[in-house]
Amino acid sequence: MELPASGTAQTIDDGKPILELHKICKYFGGVHALEDVDLALYPNEVLAIVGDNGAGKSTLIKTISGAHRPDSGEIYFQGRKVEISNPRVARQLGIETVYQDLALVNTLDVPENIFLGRTPTRLRWFVDKKKMFAQTREILERLNIKIPFLRDPVQNMSGGQRQALALGRAVAWGGRIVILDEPTAALGVREKSNVLTLIKQLKAHGVAIVVISHNMRDVFDVSDRIVVLRGGKNVASRPKEETSMDEIVKLITGALESVDIAHQD
Amino acid sequence: MGDMAHAPQQRRRFLNSNATQRLLAFASLIGLIVFYSLASPNFFKFENMVAILIATAVTGILAVAVTFIIITAGIDLSIGTLMTFCAVIAGVFITMWHGPVIVGVLAAILMGGLVGLISGTFVSRLKIPPFIATLGMMYVAKGLSLIISGLKPVYFNDTPSFALIAMGSVTGAIIPGFNIPNAVIIFFAVALLSAFLLNRTILGRYTFAMGSNEEAVRLSGVNVDRWKTIVYMVGGLICGVAGVVIAARLNSAQPSLGQGYELDAIAAAVIGGTSLSGGEGTILGTVIGAFVMSVLVNGLRILSVPQEWQTVMTGVIVIFAVYADILRRKRA
Repeated sequence: MELPASGTAQTIDDGKPILELHKICKYFGGVHALEDVDLALYPNEVLAIVGDNGAGKSTLIKTISGAHRPDSGEIYFQGRKVEISNPRVARQLGIETVYQDLALVNTLDVPENIFLGRTPTRLRWFVDKKKMFAQTREILERLNIKIPFLRDPVQNMSGGQRQALALGRAVAWGGRIVILDEPTAALGVREKSNVLTLIKQLKAHGVAIVVISHNMRDVFDVSDRIVVLRGGKNVASRPKEETSMDEIVKLITGALESVDIAHQD
Repeated sequence: MGDMAHAPQQRRRFLNSNATQRLLAFASLIGLIVFYSLASPNFFKFENMVAILIATAVTGILAVAVTFIIITAGIDLSIGTLMTFCAVIAGVFITMWHGPVIVGVLAAILMGGLVGLISGTFVSRLKIPPFIATLGMMYVAKGLSLIISGLKPVYFNDTPSFALIAMGSVTGAIIPGFNIPNAVIIFFAVALLSAFLLNRTILGRYTFAMGSNEEAVRLSGVNVDRWKTIVYMVGGLICGVAGVVIAARLNSAQPSLGQGYELDAIAAAVIGGTSLSGGEGTILGTVIGAFVMSVLVNGLRILSVPQEWQTVMTGVIVIFAVYADILRRKRA
């Protein structure tokens, strides 16, 4: 497998969204998890999705990452209609997801986790360990991630290292869109700031990033635009500069009804 | 460079994790050998060592098979009766149909693979818990062995070359007097090949990954169902080899044999540090585990301990091994 030289795909910033969702609906039994959700994601932006528990954040990102199929609605990737029927399709499009539990394999070491599902091989079947280690060092160095013991099972690593590793894995493969589910939830102060720095670095590399977070301070620190979900609906989309924590919290709780739903996206 | 500087710490952590159990098993093995050697002059003799090796071969091969499956966080209870079924299949081809020995051997091994494939499909695609799927397969294989053989052992008396597969000695032909039976050589060959498969191939790495975090592997885009099915198939193929070896050793396929072997094999794997919760295990550990079991029993027999007590001791060792594994996990 060839590693892209820059690590991130070149994205043409022509002002058009890289990913667009149109009237996405998802039901679980009789529950409307998502109801006519529209969403646009632009290159070089960090989009935060916020909302209360059960607002549909996780369902929404699972729709994008291929873990759920929407019951209705369309998804456009770079203007082209796509069916993201499973995680493999999402990956092929360049959509990488870092789940809250990080989806790391605890008993395997760092390179094996980074290369999970795309192990470099010789003669198709045999693991090319040398290449795997060399490329892992390269990737970690490029993303400025410091993990001293590559051979350790990742269960021995700190929360911040694990988060960084999961992030590194997501972008190492030329991901153009990276979805982060609660990236700072389980981290200490310093580790949190490292991860936020890493997110900004990724944005500088031209990656479009979707962040789900409960932490308003982190959301305002790292994001460019904030989308609020409530009861499975997209109730607001605000550029960070034009809103305040107060307004976002009110939108989340429903104390403030959305007014701009008609003309967004 | 940076790696070298941190080498001591890496080694320490390495010992703390997977190797501890293996080391413990190895220490018990040495302890047993020393104890028995002191207790009886008949223990540490070339003939007895060879007897131990032969006694370990079949269980050892099965233990290697089940190690693959346990690493995926599964279990295979059908390996014992599947081994017998494969032995019967060899008998059908060689004795009943008068086919060439090589054809019988290949048929037996392939049948093992086929049954493993079916078990694997039940587990991975139909989501039947491994314990239940392979418990069912254990009975199916046992029943089929009895039906096909007509409840009677199938003897290989017309084909003397068949028994040589297990009881001949390639090493004896090369070095006169050094008569290690082929059964043992086959056991070591299967173990070496399996260790290579587990450590150096995609199949092996997926085996570990699936056992540790199946969901993560699925999300990474790997076709988990397919790979898991393949792992069960590999286990089945190895059971087929065990079937050939035991048939050659007994010069017959005994259709009523087999049940109980799976438990010895699982015990050997667990003693050797394969974790029943999946994701961890080594072939070297399993081989050591298999020897611990057979040396234990062999020594007790030499000391004239009644067989009932040999069985009790085996049980105690298994419980102790699992407890040691739990202790190790708590510390980690």
